[in-house]
Amino acid sequence: MSAANILLEVRDLEAFYGRTKALHGVSFSMTAGGITTILGANGAGKTTTLRAISRMVRTSGAIRFEGQALEQRATEDVVRLGIAHAPEGRGTFVHLTVEENLRLGAWGRRERGALQEDFARVFSYFPALEGRRRQAAGTLSGGEQQMLAVARALMLRPRLLLLDEPSLGLAPMVVREIFRILRTVNQDAGVTILLVEQNAALALDLADHVFLLETGRIVMEGPSEDLRKDDAIRRAYLGY
Amino acid sequence: MDIFVQQVVSGLATGGIYASLALALVMIYQATDVVSFTQGEMAMFSTYLCWTMLNAGVPYWVAFLSTLALSFVGGIVIQRVIIRPVEQAPILTIVIVTLGLLVIFNSLAGWIWTYVQKPFPSPFPSKPLRAGNVFFSAHDIGAIGITLVVLLCIYVFFRFTPLGLAMRAAAHNPVSSRLVGIRVGWMLALGWGLAAVFGAVAGMMVAPNLTLEPNLMGGVQIYAFAAATLGGFTSPGGAVLGGFIVGVVENLVGTYVSFIGTELKFTVALALIIVVLLVKPTGLFGTTVVKRV
Repeated sequence: MSAANILLEVRDLEAFYGRTKALHGVSFSMTAGGITTILGANGAGKTTTLRAISRMVRTSGAIRFEGQALEQRATEDVVRLGIAHAPEGRGTFVHLTVEENLRLGAWGRRERGALQEDFARVFSYFPALEGRRRQAAGTLSGGEQQMLAVARALMLRPRLLLLDEPSLGLAPMVVREIFRILRTVNQDAGVTILLVEQNAALALDLADHVFLLETGRIVMEGPSEDLRKDDAIRRAYLGY
Repeated sequence: MDIFVQQVVSGLATGGIYASLALALVMIYQATDVVSFTQGEMAMFSTYLCWTMLNAGVPYWVAFLSTLALSFVGGIVIQRVIIRPVEQAPILTIVIVTLGLLVIFNSLAGWIWTYVQKPFPSPFPSKPLRAGNVFFSAHDIGAIGITLVVLLCIYVFFRFTPLGLAMRAAAHNPVSSRLVGIRVGWMLALGWGLAAVFGAVAGMMVAPNLTLEPNLMGGVQIYAFAAATLGGFTSPGGAVLGGFIVGVVENLVGTYVSFIGTELKFTVALALIIVVLLVKPTGLFGTTVVKRV
């Protein structure tokens, strides 16, 4: 990992909800271009880690994106640096149409024009959304809303995409489809992805690098092939 | 029949004024999640600003538009300076702050301009318009026209402009809005600015009928509450329709139900609020807001 290639660097990150500490000194870094996943059980701090990067929770420690410190920034300014976040629960604007959701996704980017290009691009990834363009987003199925969450995040033309449990509550077939598209997005558009997942088998297939989070601490990390071979990981997270 | 048509048109004129102020209440409700008691008094203050300019010899429409601009800025400043620090406070705190503002604006107006009633001009001719045997006040027709123009502008703004879209998003889903880079705080401030503009329109249109004094909007505010309650505090279109309904009903009831007359007209609005809250608390077009706690 060469220092010049580091996209995101997190050092001694602690996060607090009121007086409750949710992260106890998390440190990791990510290179540009890859797919990294954070695995862990419920309550391990996966979502909190993403929320810390997006400045939605009180933290101490250092977070640097392309060398710029994020700790003092507001959420909306972090977005402007090119970090898109498809949050837990998908964050759909249910009252607005699919197209309006996508337009909002492009709100935080520098170049405001050429939206048509981006529409074409996200609809090529998610053809199902194109037919529902004028429909209220709240009427979409869970799978379609998750696709919309990813599509909305891509409208930012992000350099880093934070994904919080895109598989949650979806049928296996839909999940496979979404994960296939995520790989395409990563390879074609060069978007670096930080994925949080409970579905370890899926995440290990997609990601090249893995962090294992347990009760607010990173307990193991490495390339995904290595972790897949690890007996303890296999038993605890893959169940065989 | 002639009287009926006349009363309906005059009801639509006052209804348009209620609709403007009701829209202001709904804007604030969407932006701040509270019912604001200060919109009427801000409207009254705006009307005094217009009166001051007119007195200084400024042409009517220049004064009208300047008042809208000043109200817009004033609304934004009030949100940023007074409302924003208590944004995270319990709802009751914010309601009390708006009540405090009500008292402040009312006394401030009395202090600056005294409590003496002042005539306020209408930009429309004083000669009534005639259609067959029916006469309409030109001011009523003009007020309806102005209300409709304002409503059309605001509809186009929210429906077709990116900023309007961002404001809707910020009102419905502030967390997701921040995650796409919308500066939610400023969107809420814009909401207060626009609400002040609607209020100013209502004030300047109602003042020629009532004469200008610091308690100008007291009654109008009650009717606007009735309108917003009837249409639904979560539905801007509903609140506007509610405004027109309340205006027309108020006039017809005053004309045809002899024991109500002009004395009890006010009670009709309050009774309407209570009935709607009992029968359909969300209003005709409102939706129940479900919140995860």
